[in-house]
Amino acid sequence: MSASRTTAPTRDVGARSSRSSAARKEARTAWLMSSPALLLLLLFLGIPIVLTFALSFTNARLISPNPPAFIGLNNFIRAFSSDPTFIRSLTNTAFFALVVVPCQSGLALALAILVNQKVRGVTAFRTMIFMPVVTSMVVVSILWSFFYEKDGLFNSILNTLTGGGWTAVAWLNNPGTAMPAIILLSIWQAVGLHMIIWLSGLQGIDPALYEAAALDGVNGWQRFRYVTWPGLHSTMVFILVTITIAALGLFVQVDVMTSGGPQDATSTLVYHAVRKGYREQDMGYGSAISLIFFIAVLVISLIQRRLTREDD
Amino acid sequence: MSTTRRTFLGLGATTAVAATLAACSSQQGGASSDSSGTITLWTHNGGNKEELAVVKNAVEAFNAANPDTPVEVKDFPQASYNDSIAAAAVAGDLPDILDLDGPIMPNWAYSGYLAPLQISSELEDSIIDSAKGYWNDTLYSVGPYDTSLCFLGRKSAFEAAGVPIPTIDKPWTKDEFDAALAKLAELPDYDYAIDFSVADSAEWWPYAYAPMLQSFGGDLIDRETFETAEGFLNGDAAVQWGEWFRSCFANGYASETPATDGQDFLQGKVPLYYAGGWKVLQSQETFGQDEVLILPPVDFGQGARVGGGSWQWGVSATSSNPTAANAFIEFLMQDEYLVEYSNAIGNFPSVASATPETEYYAEGGALEPVYEIGTKYALLRPATPGYKVISSIFDKAARDIVSGADVKSTLDQAVKDIDADITSNNGYQAN
Repeated sequence: MSASRTTAPTRDVGARSSRSSAARKEARTAWLMSSPALLLLLLFLGIPIVLTFALSFTNARLISPNPPAFIGLNNFIRAFSSDPTFIRSLTNTAFFALVVVPCQSGLALALAILVNQKVRGVTAFRTMIFMPVVTSMVVVSILWSFFYEKDGLFNSILNTLTGGGWTAVAWLNNPGTAMPAIILLSIWQAVGLHMIIWLSGLQGIDPALYEAAALDGVNGWQRFRYVTWPGLHSTMVFILVTITIAALGLFVQVDVMTSGGPQDATSTLVYHAVRKGYREQDMGYGSAISLIFFIAVLVISLIQRRLTREDD
Repeated sequence: MSTTRRTFLGLGATTAVAATLAACSSQQGGASSDSSGTITLWTHNGGNKEELAVVKNAVEAFNAANPDTPVEVKDFPQASYNDSIAAAAVAGDLPDILDLDGPIMPNWAYSGYLAPLQISSELEDSIIDSAKGYWNDTLYSVGPYDTSLCFLGRKSAFEAAGVPIPTIDKPWTKDEFDAALAKLAELPDYDYAIDFSVADSAEWWPYAYAPMLQSFGGDLIDRETFETAEGFLNGDAAVQWGEWFRSCFANGYASETPATDGQDFLQGKVPLYYAGGWKVLQSQETFGQDEVLILPPVDFGQGARVGGGSWQWGVSATSSNPTAANAFIEFLMQDEYLVEYSNAIGNFPSVASATPETEYYAEGGALEPVYEIGTKYALLRPATPGYKVISSIFDKAARDIVSGADVKSTLDQAVKDIDADITSNNGYQAN
């Protein structure tokens, strides 16, 4: 009795301490396990971000015998005051995102609802819509630049449709049509991916809810508005954030198809940063543009998160 | 038990980190020469079998004659070659011998990658000017060959349109050229009068169109001081060039979106094609040697011009055996290899004595006019470390002009950008 009295607390203490030591051990193992990933993240993400931040206040060159010198905010002032291409890139990027985000997510949702029907051959449609996603963007861009040529596919289709009344347009060489042309291609290429994500969201909605709604005698629109859409909330947030970030980072299509032209009509922030920082070897200025880009993406993502959070 | 597992995991992680770091640093010292006397050579023609074979032949012969300092070749694809050099330079890992594109040489010499060449003055004197790379009055590179720009024309089309054929001694004037374009544009069998090769990108634009600008009397930069582009790239002559160039597209003489690689000419869609000497053989194969006219550049007022300068050889500043490296370059510049080069890739040798031995440039050879045009009208791109920036800015400005931007304001902005770059680099003064 007395012995058990004396041993019981000891055992308790021992169990508690062994529990916490187990937790500590687990935490240590967790850090250890994640260390390779963390190391790589630090090496290829953390350090470059810090470097970008530091370099953007200097006049560092890619190839130069002169050491970088601190020049304060000069790079940022230069971007906003004496670089019209930068301003144009900023507005182009914003325009691209403003058009692509709603169009692409809406179209993807519509397609997802379509291919969610239980009809024969629907897998074939899913595959067809998803196919461009697995094709490299470089390949897609080269192909589409042939379509956009003056005697390319689009002009001949329009020519046939209008019975020869169509005047051919060199879509990518016209400042008015180059950006819309790139927008169309970009939506076509990426819409399949977001369709699949919407589709997984759709299939995650409890069928019992649809049965209940059917018993209540809802019409198609009501079913979408009060069952489907609320059930897709977290999918919607995910899709909006990923499309926005991808849209703001527009680069490959521009690099392959237009080199930012004609007359800066398709130049974007990332393209301009690459051109200045890498091709013209002005690392300091390129870093400053990248930093502005980084801040813009961060701010927009934060605003989006705030606007789309669950109201509870 | 748990201790051993933890130790094992810790060891594993440490090994992974160490391996990563080792992988990052294993490049160090790997490429540069070691104590065995081997000298390393890097070349850009990884994707170019014929040219690489010439280099390898020369290396084999050199190694047989100089067993103490054998040369080891490493070839890169052209697209990533310059990046490899820049990365190697930052890591202190440059090879002993490297090849480089002519216009980038001053940038690398200025950055301390290159050592001045020490070849015999006899050899130096025998090489044509456009194959020698001088910066600050110092010779840094020499090239085994060069090529030229030219217009390729269809003889039958010229006859059908009644266009007189210009000769190398008496090139087209601006008015004659415009008249020729107008007449050729009216031929019913062709879509456009000319393919200006605007589908080509990057260095092609300054290489191909700056000579026209120079022929108008403008230039990319002040070639006396290399300190400003003001008045050169945006002066009256430059604006005239821009307006004329734009008019060729606005008048419908040329397509803004020609097919790449000269296909419009080769498929018979245009009768005139602005290209380099490297396109001549293919065109002659397609249409027959008599049908293809090799025409000189246009004299827009200040003399006809073509771009000069191709790939050249240099010795790195960190080479541990510059004597052997220079000896190899001298060895490679013998007529024997220059002839091999020329026969393999169709460019002309940079030393005149090799010319009669070549297949294409000997008396009556298929490419003889290209040689005459190149040696008579070549003007090198400005030899300044800032050329890479000038090239990128000119490329953008010329593209904007072709697509219809206001010529004067486009060129003004280009000048502003070039001058800003020169100022922020303290005038690219040599150290």
